[in-house]
Amino acid sequence: MSELLRIATAGSVDDGKSTLIGRLLWDAKSIFEDQWEAIERSSALRGDDYTNLALLTDGLRAEREQGITIDVAYRYFATPRRKFILADTPGHVQYTRNMVTGASTADVAIVLVDARNGLVEQSRRHAFLASLLRVQHIVLAVNKMDLVDYSEARFRELEVEFGEFARELSVDDVTSIPISALRGDNVVTPSENMPWYDGLALLEHLETVDVVRDRNLDDVRFPVQYVIRPMSESFHDYRGYAGQLSSGVLRKGDEVQVLPSGRRTTIATIDTFDGEVDEAYPPMSVTVRLADNVDVSRGDMIVGIERPPTLSQEVVATVCWMAEQPLHHGTRLLLKHTTRTTKAVVTDISDLLDISNLYLSPTTELHLNEIGQITLRLAQPLMYDDYRRNRSTGSFILIDETTGATVGAGMVGASAVRPMAPTHPTHVGAAL
Amino acid sequence: MTALLDPSTPGTSAHAASLSHLDVLESESIHVMREVAAEFENPVLLFSGGKDSIVMLRLAEKAFWPAKIPFALMHVDTGHNFGEVIEYRDRRVAELRARLIVASVQESIDSGRVKEQTGPRASRNQLQTVTLLDGIEANRFDAVFGGGRRDEEKARAKERFFSFRDAFGQWDPKNQRPELWNLYNGKHNRGEHIRVFPISNWTELDVWQYIAQENIEIPSIYYAHEREVFERDGMLLAVSPYVTVLPGEQPYTETVRYRTVGDASCTGAVKSTAATIEEVIAEVAASRITERGATRADDKVSEAAMEDRKREGYF
Ligand SMILES: Nc1nc2c(ncn2[C@@H]2O[C@H](COP(=O)(O)OP(=O)(O)O)[C@@H](O)[C@H]2O)c(=O)[nH]1
Repeated sequence: MSELLRIATAGSVDDGKSTLIGRLLWDAKSIFEDQWEAIERSSALRGDDYTNLALLTDGLRAEREQGITIDVAYRYFATPRRKFILADTPGHVQYTRNMVTGASTADVAIVLVDARNGLVEQSRRHAFLASLLRVQHIVLAVNKMDLVDYSEARFRELEVEFGEFARELSVDDVTSIPISALRGDNVVTPSENMPWYDGLALLEHLETVDVVRDRNLDDVRFPVQYVIRPMSESFHDYRGYAGQLSSGVLRKGDEVQVLPSGRRTTIATIDTFDGEVDEAYPPMSVTVRLADNVDVSRGDMIVGIERPPTLSQEVVATVCWMAEQPLHHGTRLLLKHTTRTTKAVVTDISDLLDISNLYLSPTTELHLNEIGQITLRLAQPLMYDDYRRNRSTGSFILIDETTGATVGAGMVGASAVRPMAPTHPTHVGAAL
Repeated sequence: MTALLDPSTPGTSAHAASLSHLDVLESESIHVMREVAAEFENPVLLFSGGKDSIVMLRLAEKAFWPAKIPFALMHVDTGHNFGEVIEYRDRRVAELRARLIVASVQESIDSGRVKEQTGPRASRNQLQTVTLLDGIEANRFDAVFGGGRRDEEKARAKERFFSFRDAFGQWDPKNQRPELWNLYNGKHNRGEHIRVFPISNWTELDVWQYIAQENIEIPSIYYAHEREVFERDGMLLAVSPYVTVLPGEQPYTETVRYRTVGDASCTGAVKSTAATIEEVIAEVAASRITERGATRADDKVSEAAMEDRKREGYF
């Protein structure tokens, strides 16, 4: 059985991200000859003196013309063990927004650095954003090892430095791998140039990293998406609640409660098109029938009796702001959380997070691509968990009611890694 | 879901609860379809009888079972069809007791909305955009499910699951809504609509593997058969009333199959002896040419061809 793994990559310009992705796709036979010929032609037209693998990933015309990647792109490759979905996030324009988007669904983040330059501010930001979005596995890929004579000392130095930084991020699993994307060392096959390295090549690591444990199988959370009522002769009285299980294991016969009403009932059956199942796991999409005739509709949540989520009309969250107009006290928005959308108003903006040193400083506004801590009052109660415990019931998006644009991404709870800077620096005006 | 497990043991281990990649993709697509059914007033699913739309139809069937699919199907019909595909389309629609709307390119031509291309290389592929947008407007559809996949083409790699279209049906690739977690933003005003791509994360191989796993019937032209073909621009085109064979083009009989099904005038066949789904999968897995590269004349025009058509409102 082949599993699915979602990856986010990040790197500063010229660290070799496109080359690395190109090599992974090519070696996993996910680049096709016609694509290869197309980029060879384009490279020649541009006067590049090598086949520019970056052209493979620059999908939009504006990107090709400007020679930069603007938007998150998704790439696909597979080995017999796993299918990979790779969110390729550009390193410059709209950097924070794109990285947050790519990391929101990722199991693994690859932070790429140039062995010659070592960890730069951008590398720390990548790692920090990955940890903020609760990507549990971070790979530090130390690239261009060929340009530092495959030096073990240089690699160990960076490994230690990154390890110290990562400890502050509370990431469970950090793995450092010395590679040369250009020459292929330790990308798909172990490198003969680095006999001192006894770890796995990057692709082998991605094939084997254990992510099934990352799921929360403890807290039953089933947001009701859609009520199925066939009203047909054969299913006359059928009333099923369709949804995708966020967390926990849902079992036939289990006692549950429906929120926000709090009514208790029992799972009568778990239905799928292919037949009933006794248990469901995240992220299965199923349809649940309940033993009692309780009133349930879209936006409600079926949860376990133990450890219920917080039910509240107020939420404190860490928000990444993605719009040109700043977010401030009193801003009115729509908030979409699981299957519930409600009106919300900002009642407090307390802190701005500096993503390069992880310090908090007081602020009253959040600007484009800034991350900060805010409080929202809601028109309807939400059933939520802390994002660190539950990525699905702990996340929401903010929507501008007039333009319809998605303007913010929210994670329930305070995610500050360093609660306060030692000296609590005063705010010096929001960064641009 | 095929991941049926042994009778429940208390304290399910994390590994027992792991799902295959097809199960996860299926669940994601069903989730997307249910979001649309719940949040939109009048969705429609584009159904051509091609393999991607066949998979979509099965996913829709699963998403709402035991109820009927709660939205209509629409086929943008170029009039240049493969008979087997139309026969398949009508049979599936009848089985599901679904409502099918046929938006006809011929009618768009007859009413003067679009102008038929002339010459031996004329294709109705470009014209479909107008027929599609007219169909969306006439029926006031606010969400349109398409079978586009991100692995198909570079411009598609940046497409969202929920893709906003303005009142002219246009796509603005530089101004897309960020899409995070599994939270989809379907907000739109009257006259605007959202294109929804539930199988965004599937690859061609996933589609074939799913067809095999689910034992889904597909039109016979996807399997190897004998056909009269000729070569043009490195592709094998079928001899049919919809194409003019040019001087120098030599029709001959070949064993072929189709990897994708579109307008008969510009969809190429590939030489193949794969007569079963397993053989097709083995062939796709070993293939070194993308399905678009092998079989779509319309994409060969330029590297940005797909992006340009998508901006105007193409599928
Ligand atoms: N020597 C060497 N050069 C590399 C390596 N990886 C990438 N490069 C080169 O570094 C430059 C930038 O690479 P590119 O993949 O475009 O970087 P990106 O901006 O991160 O996508 C190119 O000239 C590559 O050929 C490597 O492992 N070794």
